[in-house]
Amino acid sequence: MIKIANLVKRFGDATVLDGIDLDIAQGEIIVVIGPSGTGKSTLLRCLNFLERPDAGHLVIGDLSVDVTRASRADILAARRRTAFVFQNYALFANKTALENIAEGLIVVNRWPKARAHARAREILERIGLADKADAYPASLSGGQQQRVGIGRAMAAQAEVILFDEPTSSLDPEWVEEVLGLMKQLARERQTMLVVTHEMGFARDVADRVVFMEGGRIVEQGPPSQLFNAPRDPRTRDFLRKILAGQPA
Amino acid sequence: MRVLDFDYMLGLVPVLLRYLPLTLQMAAAGMALALILSCGLAVIRVLKIPGLNAATLLFISFFRGTPLLVQLFLFYYGLPQLLAFLTQINGITATIMGLTLHFSAYMAESIRAAIVGVDRSQTEAALSIGMTNGQLMRRIVLPQATRVAVPTLMNYFIDMIKATSLAFTLGVTELMGATQKEAAGSFLYFEAFITVAILYWIIVELLAWFQRWLELRLNRAYRR
Repeated sequence: MIKIANLVKRFGDATVLDGIDLDIAQGEIIVVIGPSGTGKSTLLRCLNFLERPDAGHLVIGDLSVDVTRASRADILAARRRTAFVFQNYALFANKTALENIAEGLIVVNRWPKARAHARAREILERIGLADKADAYPASLSGGQQQRVGIGRAMAAQAEVILFDEPTSSLDPEWVEEVLGLMKQLARERQTMLVVTHEMGFARDVADRVVFMEGGRIVEQGPPSQLFNAPRDPRTRDFLRKILAGQPA
Repeated sequence: MRVLDFDYMLGLVPVLLRYLPLTLQMAAAGMALALILSCGLAVIRVLKIPGLNAATLLFISFFRGTPLLVQLFLFYYGLPQLLAFLTQINGITATIMGLTLHFSAYMAESIRAAIVGVDRSQTEAALSIGMTNGQLMRRIVLPQATRVAVPTLMNYFIDMIKATSLAFTLGVTELMGATQKEAAGSFLYFEAFITVAILYWIIVELLAWFQRWLELRLNRAYRR
């Protein structure tokens, strides 16, 4: 259960998030769409405190925090309740696939190494990379690296996994395997907040699609409504542009 | 032209080797202290700690901007005139002090570059899973920075071993000082100095082998 209330983020004079309100139920899959530079990634990064929001209130599971007064402990708590999947994978280059997944369990959750590695092996099995346990990121394909990135997020057992354009850096040949893994997680009712330009994924998988522009949520609803009968002209305009470039 | 006196050279080797431990000890002590000091300086530079950062820049500028020999003379002959308690300083201590300060100025900059060079997104990834700054440094940044810094740090260590020969100008009888004395006794200057040159060369080559082995080990994770 996540409640975002009046979240504001400014970079200098620019207001990147201009009062975002969003509730996410347990097991809900939300896809955020919108033009570039509208604050979609910043929203995710604020939930994880990779960016410090300037105002707002966050509830993430049993954590409730006014972001302007968030202490170091609050920030660590928020990070432990949210897992992040990065556009450029951001795997630890000095660790194997197995170690990348186990790292948080060992260092953050203080699990014994053997237990963390056993869990990491289960996750490698689920993401279809059991045979790559001892491979370092440099020797993995982009698709495999991103699956390990998702595996690392799965290991955290967070309230929500935040996906920041997880397929945007991938060569086209690897996009399907990553989306496939995300669909598998969606079927398991993993709570997900996904920023993506993959409209097919949004249509097929999302419970709710959120359209953002200019740091605000313009419109949201189930994919059937948002894609087939958008109410706001800005949504219609964006969808017309983006769908013109994609097969219907 | 006369023929080289090989017997003299062979006889000289064991004599000189008695002074090798002192040379290596000064270099090892200098390197250990320089590593500690330069890591501190590098962290100050990376975090841009107010005040300390400016002092560090001045320190680095001075010790990179003046010759090591001048610094050694300054510590050994100069400072004791200002600071009475330093009159007790011996040549070995002054050499180690000079090597430490001089080389830490260079090493701080390469360590800083190695830390800054670690991909920023990995830092974010580590923070995103809830690591503290300390954990992030220890588990992710420093292991990768080490790999980048080791080749240059090894080069500085090799340089430092050679630089210990300057200690003879402070009256320390190490490898170079011993050679000087032997040569002055026998008048076989060429034989004596070519022998010590070869000894330094062998030590440096051995270290270069170790360096290559270490680099291969550290690069294991990055081979495709």
